[in-house]
Amino acid sequence: MLDATKRYASLPSFYRLCGRLFAWLLPATVALFAAGLVWGLYLAPADYKQGEAYRIMFIHVPSAWMSLLVYMVMAAAGAVALVWRVKLAELIHIECAPVGASFTALTLATGMLWGKPMWGAFWVWDARLTSELILLFLYLGVIALYAAIPDRRKAARATAVLAIVGVVNIPVIHYSVIWWNTLHQGPTVTRLDAPAAHISILAPLLFMAVVFKLYFITVLLARLRGSIAEQCRAQQWFRDEAAGRA
Amino acid sequence: MFNAFASLLRRDLSAALHIQSNWLMPVAFFTIIISLFPLGVDANPALMQRFAPGVIWVAALLAGLLSLERAFKDDFDNGSLEQWLITPHGVYPFALARIVAHWCITGLPFTLLAPFYGYLLGLPAHSLAAAVFSLALGTPVLSALGAVGAALTGCLRGGEMLMALLVLPFYVPLLVFGANAMDMAAAGLPAGAALAILGALFIVALLLAPLAVAAALKVMLD
Repeated sequence: MLDATKRYASLPSFYRLCGRLFAWLLPATVALFAAGLVWGLYLAPADYKQGEAYRIMFIHVPSAWMSLLVYMVMAAAGAVALVWRVKLAELIHIECAPVGASFTALTLATGMLWGKPMWGAFWVWDARLTSELILLFLYLGVIALYAAIPDRRKAARATAVLAIVGVVNIPVIHYSVIWWNTLHQGPTVTRLDAPAAHISILAPLLFMAVVFKLYFITVLLARLRGSIAEQCRAQQWFRDEAAGRA
Repeated sequence: MFNAFASLLRRDLSAALHIQSNWLMPVAFFTIIISLFPLGVDANPALMQRFAPGVIWVAALLAGLLSLERAFKDDFDNGSLEQWLITPHGVYPFALARIVAHWCITGLPFTLLAPFYGYLLGLPAHSLAAAVFSLALGTPVLSALGAVGAALTGCLRGGEMLMALLVLPFYVPLLVFGANAMDMAAAGLPAGAALAILGALFIVALLLAPLAVAAALKVMLD
């Protein structure tokens, strides 16, 4: 196990592994995503209260889950990068940030599109909306700090410190916002007042959650390949690799 | 280790007090932000009393940022940070001394001024003690979290705006619980719950933030 970890933590072999996995993951993700969309948007029954508009949930909810999960992955990779100085962990750490920020922005955008017909407003200062917005700021902070430091390796370790401080803070921020919201009673009812989700809705939702994770891995591998290529383009192994493929 | 901390704190404070603008600027900024709100929103006493806790806290957060940007800049430039990294005490007492020194020129005067400004904004007299307690417990957390941002951006060109982006989201709990303690007291309700949470944040932040500052400084000096 340790041997395999060591082998794949070296950039050349990880680059090749990325390429092999990506060739399988890309068609699989596209096919499963299409299947999930058909299941969620067409086959699943309409909600008895919200009608068809609830279907945006099949994008919104998996995306919200991913926005938190990606932050955890980013911070964990950052911790590995700080402690063991593994170059691959630094790359994984920083490549997570734009993907996570996109999931967060997608969650906010789909939430607003759903909120307009359901609550009558694009934005209300609901606890979950607000903490998702703050999560977006945390991602943007990581991206901005990384961009501001010229040395790539130093930048990745600096953002790792920030991400770890963020992980300690996220629960505190989340609960503070919930508390704030319950004290300043929100203007609208912000709960899905449907009964506990029926299996015919829950199944496509969980399926989409798995597809989103697959999508994350696919995109992360593609980004990692890109950033390895960028950092190693002057190195001999990469030139050989590129020449071999051409 | 305590001696190192004490002598550093003494040095930082005498350096800060020596230059008048160092300790006057945050207080002036704090005052100006507070006085802008009645002009911008409404000077109706009932309304002012509603937004006073939030205004005092927002002013404290922003004015605290002002003097934070320079917290580690000189030490980066003149090389004294490298010296701290190789001392047997480590960076922890250094980071803690910086946090306490920053609090002495920002959080401490804000805390002392809070009841006065709260009164001017129309907070009832019985809630002013809660204002003092909420700032006394919350502003050290502000300095501690801010120091992490300052350590990460201290040696960067134009790091001030970046530091605000990094640090302000972390201040949300302070704003919520700090303002809430004053709100509750103003409404005649017990403010203990919010103050207890601020106290917990105070302990955790002062224990862990110097570690994060030390890690950040080590990375940036590499």
